[in-house]
Amino acid sequence: MNKNLKEQVLRSSGVNVLKCMRCGKCSGTCPSYDEMEYHPHQFVYMVERGDIETLMNSKSIYKCLTCFACVDRCPRNVEPAKVVEAVRLAAVRQQGNNHMTPAQIPEMLDDDLPQQAVVTAFRKYIK
Amino acid sequence: METFTYYPGCTLRTKARDLDRYARSSAMALGISLEEPDDWQCCGGAYTTAKDEIATKLSAVRTLNAAKSVNRPLVTVCSACHNVIKQTNYDIIHDDEMASKVNNYLKLDEPYCGETTVYHYLELLRDVIGFDELAKRVVCPFKGKKIAAYYGCLLLRPSKALAMDDPENPSIMEDFIKAIGGTPVIYAQRNECCGGYITLEDKDQAAKRSGVVMRSAADQGADMIITACPLCLYNLKKNSGSELPVYYFTELLAEALGVKEENDE
Repeated sequence: MNKNLKEQVLRSSGVNVLKCMRCGKCSGTCPSYDEMEYHPHQFVYMVERGDIETLMNSKSIYKCLTCFACVDRCPRNVEPAKVVEAVRLAAVRQQGNNHMTPAQIPEMLDDDLPQQAVVTAFRKYIK
Repeated sequence: METFTYYPGCTLRTKARDLDRYARSSAMALGISLEEPDDWQCCGGAYTTAKDEIATKLSAVRTLNAAKSVNRPLVTVCSACHNVIKQTNYDIIHDDEMASKVNNYLKLDEPYCGETTVYHYLELLRDVIGFDELAKRVVCPFKGKKIAAYYGCLLLRPSKALAMDDPENPSIMEDFIKAIGGTPVIYAQRNECCGGYITLEDKDQAAKRSGVVMRSAADQGADMIITACPLCLYNLKKNSGSELPVYYFTELLAEALGVKEENDE
């Protein structure tokens, strides 16, 4: 367990993972549930356990749509999406670990794709 | 005529021109003047919730401060801009450390401390003009049209910061639909995500999510679906596989007010 990484994720997210009562509402309401290897409730307890690197190396960190369904629907106000965001940042902030590069963008474009999608992807995937 | 600072955002200048121009012409018809700040920047598309991210929040603060400097409320119409700007404002007010770091970066003439009131265009219609008043101005009502409001995620959540409507049982868009003479259609997926930016790297997931939304609306008998978000419109139109028409709510507003034609290029 990497204690420093855990502290970094807790500080960056501002989330108190100990408030979680394991009801699973966050994962039950997540629109990306089927696409994720680790689900929102697992993010919360794996961060509590300090198992951050497993999450950082999982594609699940790129599957969160930031729809805030888990944030609004958590009965304990744990805000799991903020944990996912903090873990993803811990991953993409490492040199050479961007999830997308500007060179990949042109082939993803079509005539109707809103700029908003590209800007958002840059915010999420690149540091 | 009441004047508001108006922030269109990057997409309304390019792929979502209809959302913008119908918003402007309708506002004019309703006696509201929308003034764009000089040199505005893109909001960033998504709010970074991390507390140790400061630079990514600055462009939204600049926009908020531009409205503050002319002492006017700020109006946004794109769901994403609205979400980013409202969350930024909320955190400036509630997170002193973030507020002081932001102000250290910006070195404004005076610190920005969350003074600006932010309205989504729908809130402008509800809270400033009033839906009853809007209904009186309608000249071409959508009589007999069954219209499904698609909120998606960004308009309502996180509800603590956006404070626009009940996040699980919203009514602002349905009340808008009633005001323009249509019949609102309530369906289960109206406040669930369309897939958003995942369309860039996972078309299958975007297709799955937007397909679920469109089928849900169609199953309840909708003739059309309306949105305030360019990315929702894109996903629902291009990725869902559904033929149900999708429009920006501002297009219907302009049509109802009888100012759509004069705008068409």
